[in-house]
Amino acid sequence: MIDWLEPNEWKAVALSMKVSLWATIISLPFGIFVAYALSRWEFRGKHVINALVHLPLILPPVVTGYLLLLTFGRRGFVGAWLEQNLGIVLAFRWTGAAVAAAIMAFPLLVRAIRLAIDAVDPKLEEAAETLGASPIRVFFTITLPLIRPGLIAGIVLTFAKAIGEFGATITFVSNIPGETQTIPSAIYAFLQVPDGDIGAFRLTALAVIIAISAVMVSEFIASRTQRRSHSSS
Amino acid sequence: MSLSVSLFHKAKHFKLDIEFSASQGITVLFGQSGTGKTTVINSIAGLFRPQKSNIQLNEELLQSSHSGKFIPAHKRRLGYVFQEGRLFPHLTIQQNLEYGLRIAPNNAKGPNTEEIAELLGIKFLFKRYPRTLSGGEKQRVAIGRALLSRPKMLLMDEPLASLDDSRKAEILPYLEQLRDQFALPILYVSHSVSEVARLATTIVVLESGKTVCSGPANMILSNPNLVHQIGIRNAGALISARVIAHHLDGVSELETSGGHLFIPLVNTNVGSLTRIRILAQDIILSRDFPLKISALNVLPVQVSAVRKGTGPGFFVQIKSGTDHLLARVTQRSARNLEIEIGKKFYAIIKTVSIAQTDIGIDQ
Repeated sequence: MIDWLEPNEWKAVALSMKVSLWATIISLPFGIFVAYALSRWEFRGKHVINALVHLPLILPPVVTGYLLLLTFGRRGFVGAWLEQNLGIVLAFRWTGAAVAAAIMAFPLLVRAIRLAIDAVDPKLEEAAETLGASPIRVFFTITLPLIRPGLIAGIVLTFAKAIGEFGATITFVSNIPGETQTIPSAIYAFLQVPDGDIGAFRLTALAVIIAISAVMVSEFIASRTQRRSHSSS
Repeated sequence: MSLSVSLFHKAKHFKLDIEFSASQGITVLFGQSGTGKTTVINSIAGLFRPQKSNIQLNEELLQSSHSGKFIPAHKRRLGYVFQEGRLFPHLTIQQNLEYGLRIAPNNAKGPNTEEIAELLGIKFLFKRYPRTLSGGEKQRVAIGRALLSRPKMLLMDEPLASLDDSRKAEILPYLEQLRDQFALPILYVSHSVSEVARLATTIVVLESGKTVCSGPANMILSNPNLVHQIGIRNAGALISARVIAHHLDGVSELETSGGHLFIPLVNTNVGSLTRIRILAQDIILSRDFPLKISALNVLPVQVSAVRKGTGPGFFVQIKSGTDHLLARVTQRSARNLEIEIGKKFYAIIKTVSIAQTDIGIDQ
């Protein structure tokens, strides 16, 4: 099934999937929390948090990658602590690629979920409270089901962005085949050598297929939840 | 059961200074729009925290700005029926109804889903989703949902305000049953005098964020000094009457403490107790017993209070047996008839002036 891909290319594809999947999984709980806080809570420094979340969207990706290197690199203050205490090394590893992708996609995730939460009428949450539901119960039984379409959109967007992430990734974790070489880095590497066009083209086609499949899967899930919940309002 | 409430809150264009207590039956917070009724009920529910407050339900202090105590809304166990229903769109009607039931403590007793659905006539809706329901159906589900959370008290914020008259007429009997069948005290916010007259056991009158007065329903409705708050055209008192016969020519005969009363045929059993609202402007006062008139009701009454208005109107509180009624006449008639406290008159009430919506079933 995959013999039309060279082993190196296949590795890049598998790595891209792994990195994107992990990037999505680790950023989701934080994304929901930050989106909820920005949508529902009034607190000092809200604007600062909002700006920080959106920073990766505005900064040149190379700058974000470099900042990640400074912070999470083996000599960076967080990176050094992680290595000493938890034995986790991010720089020049696939885990670092996942972190870079997660941070780059974070604004999109938060934005999608926040818009969904904004659309949920707080009066419904109040009603649940008067029926005896604790705030956590209200969140899981009312808010979360009602934002499901937005949540799915956010997840797909995050995954797609993670697949395509290039600038911050290559700056933070470089372009090591089999370790940190994702699809975009592999395409870039192909374009640096003569006769690399064929490989680049194959990966490009694959990237298009992955992107289209992701959108179709999300549409399918969304339409199913729509039917089940009838929640058009 | 007793609820005692004292609240103080001051905002830019708004000041609230409320004090009242409620006990069994339906206590109505009555007042025009913008008098802070919803803020009061939200404070009791724990959804709004006024600057100063002291709210006590039975032995339990719900909140006190003095001690800083504040029990969060989800631990108060007060059922709340909102003006707009607020059903959960992603849950079926049955899931909506049982949302609070699942959370209610095991030792909280009360009617089960079947009984509530029976009472409110919503069993056929169980599998449907809220968006397919009519306004009246939604409101009945909302009432059922609140009841099934096994509350210590029910709070209702203008639950009929968003409905048209026929939907209102459809729900009012359910509310009367709720009042009379369960020992569940209800705090009911309303600006509709006809609803108040139908349902209230006790009335608390609010005006621009302040409590004007409170008392048993008919004491408030028959007080000529409160007609300004009630609205002059809506002013009218209640008379309690027991059905003794339905006549073939379309009238029901009732017994009141001051004599028999004929009203348009009412759909209730002989023997049931009703409360009938008689509008002040529908009563004619006569010094002599009127002969050969079309009106079927002539009750001997005695003037118990009067209030001279600023306009042409003159309000007379009259006593018929043990009931107090309110009549509105002109200053001119009052002068001609020399209406004053203690004088005896005959109150003439046309049968057809009593609307079906003015007839409430008490038991």
